[in-house]
Amino acid sequence: MATGIRDKVAILGMGCSKFGERWESNAEDLMVEAYTEALADAGIETKQIEAAWLSTAFEDIHVGKSGVPLAMALRLPYIPVTRVENFCASGSEALRGATYAVASGACDIALALGVEKLKDTGYGGLPQRSRGALNSMYWANVSAPGNFAQIASAYRAKHGVGKEDLKRAMAHISVKSHDNASLNPKAHLRNKVTEDQVLNAPMVSEPLGLFDCCGVSDGAACAIVTTPEIARSLGKKDLISIKAMQLSVSNGTEAQHNSWDGSYFMTARIAAGRAYAEAGVKRPRDEISLVEAHDCFSITELVTMEDLQLSSEGGAVRDVMDGFYDRDGKLPCQIDGGLKCFGHPIGASGLRMTYELYLQLLGRAGARQRAKNPVRGLVHNLGGLPNQNVCSITILGQHGA
Amino acid sequence: MGGISAIGAYIPRLRLSRKLMTDANAWFNPALKAFGRGERAIANWDEDVVTMAVEAARGVLGKTSGVGLGAIYLASTTAPFAARQNAGIVAEALHAAGALRTMDVGASQRAGTTALLAAFDTAMARKQRVLVLAAEKRHSPAGSVQEMTSGDAATAVMVEEGDGIARLVAQRSTSVDFVDHYRAQGREFDYGWEERWIREEGYLKLVPPVIAAVLADAGLAADAIHHFCMPCTLSRVPQAVAKKAGIADDRVRGNLDGVCGDTGAAHALLMLAQVLETAKPGERILVIGFGQGVDALLFEVTAGIDKARPDTVASSLAARKELAGYSRFLAFNDLVKLERGLRAEADKQTPLTTLYRNRDMVLGLVGGRCERCGTIQFPKAAICVNAACGASGSQVDQPFADFHGRIQTWSADQLTYCPDPPAHYGMVQFEEGGRMTVDFTDVDVGAVDVGMHMRMVFRIKEVDPQRGFVRYFWKAAPVTAA
Repeated sequence: MATGIRDKVAILGMGCSKFGERWESNAEDLMVEAYTEALADAGIETKQIEAAWLSTAFEDIHVGKSGVPLAMALRLPYIPVTRVENFCASGSEALRGATYAVASGACDIALALGVEKLKDTGYGGLPQRSRGALNSMYWANVSAPGNFAQIASAYRAKHGVGKEDLKRAMAHISVKSHDNASLNPKAHLRNKVTEDQVLNAPMVSEPLGLFDCCGVSDGAACAIVTTPEIARSLGKKDLISIKAMQLSVSNGTEAQHNSWDGSYFMTARIAAGRAYAEAGVKRPRDEISLVEAHDCFSITELVTMEDLQLSSEGGAVRDVMDGFYDRDGKLPCQIDGGLKCFGHPIGASGLRMTYELYLQLLGRAGARQRAKNPVRGLVHNLGGLPNQNVCSITILGQHGA
Repeated sequence: MGGISAIGAYIPRLRLSRKLMTDANAWFNPALKAFGRGERAIANWDEDVVTMAVEAARGVLGKTSGVGLGAIYLASTTAPFAARQNAGIVAEALHAAGALRTMDVGASQRAGTTALLAAFDTAMARKQRVLVLAAEKRHSPAGSVQEMTSGDAATAVMVEEGDGIARLVAQRSTSVDFVDHYRAQGREFDYGWEERWIREEGYLKLVPPVIAAVLADAGLAADAIHHFCMPCTLSRVPQAVAKKAGIADDRVRGNLDGVCGDTGAAHALLMLAQVLETAKPGERILVIGFGQGVDALLFEVTAGIDKARPDTVASSLAARKELAGYSRFLAFNDLVKLERGLRAEADKQTPLTTLYRNRDMVLGLVGGRCERCGTIQFPKAAICVNAACGASGSQVDQPFADFHGRIQTWSADQLTYCPDPPAHYGMVQFEEGGRMTVDFTDVDVGAVDVGMHMRMVFRIKEVDPQRGFVRYFWKAAPVTAA
């Protein structure tokens, strides 16, 4: 019987580039920026890294395919380097590769680095890309906001939520994320916005307005992982270890079988259930101190709070409006600004969320530090469409907690 | 000689007010004001000759699909492909391909009536049902008279050995290289000659002798004709031809000018379809096709009409929606250089191998039904999607085209490139089982919601601007109260 990943792997060091419109930087520059911080934090040298994982999703507009771009940029010493892509959950996949490598005993120290350079397309929003030869012949003419907007229509119908009530809760989410990012020097969008601004912004895909959509950013984030024993031997005292890493991937049920009602993420519920079991979390709403959710769109964050069992089903609107997920609420969500305002360089995002929790757990988050150091944090990293997607849940916390 | 067993039309939902057209263009050509009454039918951006022909054919075929059909003939001068048989695409969409004779007929406004004549020959010789389709998506320069007078539509006629609802009594054809207009290979628009000459030397000299001949063949006098159907956009010319042929003025049927416009090769059959919606048993209908010669077809309405009365001309004329603005018509028809944005530049090459392998699915909207658990699913797959089943190799073909469903999720998307934004799409759950996330068409902004009743229609998914290939798939459209 598998025993899971809990407390088998510790984070030795992390780094994250400034996110935003990095007109001056190539993807390689962003990789080095995140790596340099992580390496210093880990207190090791490049030659001590034994294996590496690189995550990118739109590689054709920046570094191209394979693990070679990472090895070249960081001058890695001819070690195994694997490139991974799993939609917007790619960053968590890189971390999973490195974590499992250490947990298996295959290597002592492993690296995960995610990068994306999205602002080289000439237009706003995510780059156009092929959906696959046959998919392109029958899929609807979807965009990312259009995909996720679908959830709002089904959620409203199922829970009888009025259009204006849902729109206001979504606005609260975006206002909160802008507030949080204003305290984060590495965030892409640091301006505060008002609820009126959010509600009156141009429509992107009904009911998602401009401020319901996350930033499309350039950036990189990086983690170096090892065993708790090695971390201690390298002088680390307050260890942050990984409690759970779960991934759930749609098999066609949502898209093709009439058992799913379209109002929630099946994968998130399944991955969260498995992650809580792996981490030994019994009452998520009480035991999780902080959550970094994949808030690609405001409606995604709202529905996800229910899928993660943090709000009751149909109860997220009330919790959001009550400030439960605000920075000074009981369970802050996106204390760093989230995808919405820290930004969303696809391949880096899962690692960026992990970076924030790592800082918060260590009490190193500066002006946005949670007053009482959190014990356990959850990263929710989602990719694809509501009806066929990839959901990754990572739980990390104080070692032994 | 055989008869028509069913007839129908598909006139697309959109109408363009001729006032909008003269408001836009009369500054340059004040003569356009003479044509400024009523409205014309226009194809939506995702409709063309093939998709309109499919829709007309579905109305005639009903739920039987193309089973038992011997041939499909498609007449048009504006079919999307110059090489790739257009009738063959229609056959795939109707799920009728296979042991079937298909043929494109074109190059003349007479193509519709000529295809119909050929269908009678085939039906009698081979003792098979033949489906004749005639469709046009007229393409004319902005500000032209043709743009004012044209319309877009499709007609479908099922021809069989028996008498049907209207039996063919007599027919005649002549071939004369009278060039009232022409369009050379690779040219975008028609090039026409003076209208007075077309009237005097064309219609008035070429048509009456053929009418006389067909009446002689039938042993009838001109006053035996109850309905005279001759498409012509020139004022009063059908009446002048009728007079010369001895047919009374009140027997000349209207040409749908004010409500549809002239639909080219489809128009003679469209007028016939409209007449058959009200004609009485025993009445005789003379149909003329004109273009580099003349076709004349004389029908007699049978008693069968009362049991199978066609109605789709009236219903599709009633299901109209006025297009808001002439400029949108120009954009739909590529008559203006529109800034379409960088997102429109994505490569849309179609891998023909992939399309061929999946043609049942993509063109025919055929999914799967698990013979083990009964789950209906799209696409058809090797392993059943029902988690409680999971059977392998258990699925048989399940056509989805005639399914009705309800909207489960939706959005109106302003970001994605769409020729008519916002792009509406969402998940439709079918009453019969199964679901798909699919584009919506013929919907109005603000009118879409969860629970809306939808049906499936064959439409253009996208056009590859680099190579000209047209990619078709099915979309969900609102079920309109008929």
